[in-house]
Amino acid sequence: MQKTAGLIKKRVLELLADGTVTKVLGWKEGDFIYDVTPASFLSAQEADGLVYSSFCGANLSKYLISECKALTEGKILALLKPCDTYSFNQLLTEHRIDRDKVYVIGVGCKGMLDIEKIKAMGIKGITKVIDNGKELDIKTIYGSKTCKREDALLEKCLCCKSKNFKAFDEIIDPEPETKEEKADRFAKVSELEAMTAEERYAFWQEQLSKCIRCNACRNVCPACSCMKCVFDNPVSGVSSKANTDSFEEKMFHIIRAFHVAGRCTDCGECSRVCPQNIPLHLLNRKFIKDINELYGEYQAGEEVGSRAPLADFTFDDAEPSVVNERGNS
Amino acid sequence: MQVSENTENKEFKPLIVAFCCNWCSYAGADLAGTSRLSYPAEVKIIRVPCSCRVNPMFILKAFEKGADGVIMCGCHPGDCHYSTGNYYARRRMTLLFSMLDYLGIDRARTRVEWVSAAEGQKFSLVMNDFAKTVTELGENIKLGDLRCKKQQD
Repeated sequence: MQKTAGLIKKRVLELLADGTVTKVLGWKEGDFIYDVTPASFLSAQEADGLVYSSFCGANLSKYLISECKALTEGKILALLKPCDTYSFNQLLTEHRIDRDKVYVIGVGCKGMLDIEKIKAMGIKGITKVIDNGKELDIKTIYGSKTCKREDALLEKCLCCKSKNFKAFDEIIDPEPETKEEKADRFAKVSELEAMTAEERYAFWQEQLSKCIRCNACRNVCPACSCMKCVFDNPVSGVSSKANTDSFEEKMFHIIRAFHVAGRCTDCGECSRVCPQNIPLHLLNRKFIKDINELYGEYQAGEEVGSRAPLADFTFDDAEPSVVNERGNS
Repeated sequence: MQVSENTENKEFKPLIVAFCCNWCSYAGADLAGTSRLSYPAEVKIIRVPCSCRVNPMFILKAFEKGADGVIMCGCHPGDCHYSTGNYYARRRMTLLFSMLDYLGIDRARTRVEWVSAAEGQKFSLVMNDFAKTVTELGENIKLGDLRCKKQQD
């Protein structure tokens, strides 16, 4: 990781120096080493703060929408991990970003860490994390601890889509495609489907009632790219901030997931940013699973220009009554 | 706005919202009327230009405002006035209903039926059947908004 970070920084400085790019989108460290946030850098001096560590889970593709609009000269450099390039492609497909204005550096990724999972192991006061690819050596103010890397991976990284870049201008330190069997990303969805309606209702009622309507899931989602959002409309009936009625939460989450159905690349950002840890990816994955089963396998962002399943049809699609014929009621 | 009726009298009568496309199903409902075929008075028809006009939010809103069942009717696939609208609607509704089912909401509360302008009989049969199903399910409590319900005293 250290080595990759060094290579990235060197290349970024080169590109800034020769004027190929005028702005860099990357990550910088916050107050704590695990507090890595997206940041933009305009000069070599600023780019000194650029980091690439195991906490760079944030997907930078969505920032390109506003960056492309604001850009007057040169190009923007975006550092994208393999899974981020899917979102990048999806945004290109929807003409939300201009490919000519972006210089994409694909950065190799071993899977990113979830600080919540580490903290849940009882590891507090973290000052440093040394990541050797298999185990984490965590230095804390109370001494040093170790844990398995796979136990601390982000949900999205547990079922990594691919280590291959779907869009890039150059690649730094790519990772080989893992040969190990990946976790089935629909396992939890299938488990829920097998429950009875009452159990499912209880599960979602418990999860969704935690929602504080901070809109983080909507704001971070690279597929949620409308300039004006239905939820910002005061007459939509879902703009109230307070947790007033369980209907609002359900409506918000159904509609949020529906609006990205067929365009969601399953990047998992919604669940990553949720301050209440609601498993929002389970809603998106339900749509993806249904689409795959009913309309054929489809991975959004796999290629530029593919037609989203909900903007398409065939004459012999399943009737909506198909829902009644399967699974548990 | 409240669409729920005063339910002081004993027996449960479901409130059903039917989205009907202007070109087929609405005309079908009209034909059912002129043919003197009965369908339950609890069915409230909302006319839409095409079944494709039905936004998933409309369906959720109907439930919020107190509907116990929502049915969408459109032209038979292949007969859409705008050629392809109902094909898109079909995919959308399939996914939406599947999601509602996933959240544990009774799947029988939502339905899609294709009713042409000549099918007054079918319209009446469908509505009677749907009303019967929803009556058996009882009041919709899982998706309603408590603030939209009338105070029961």
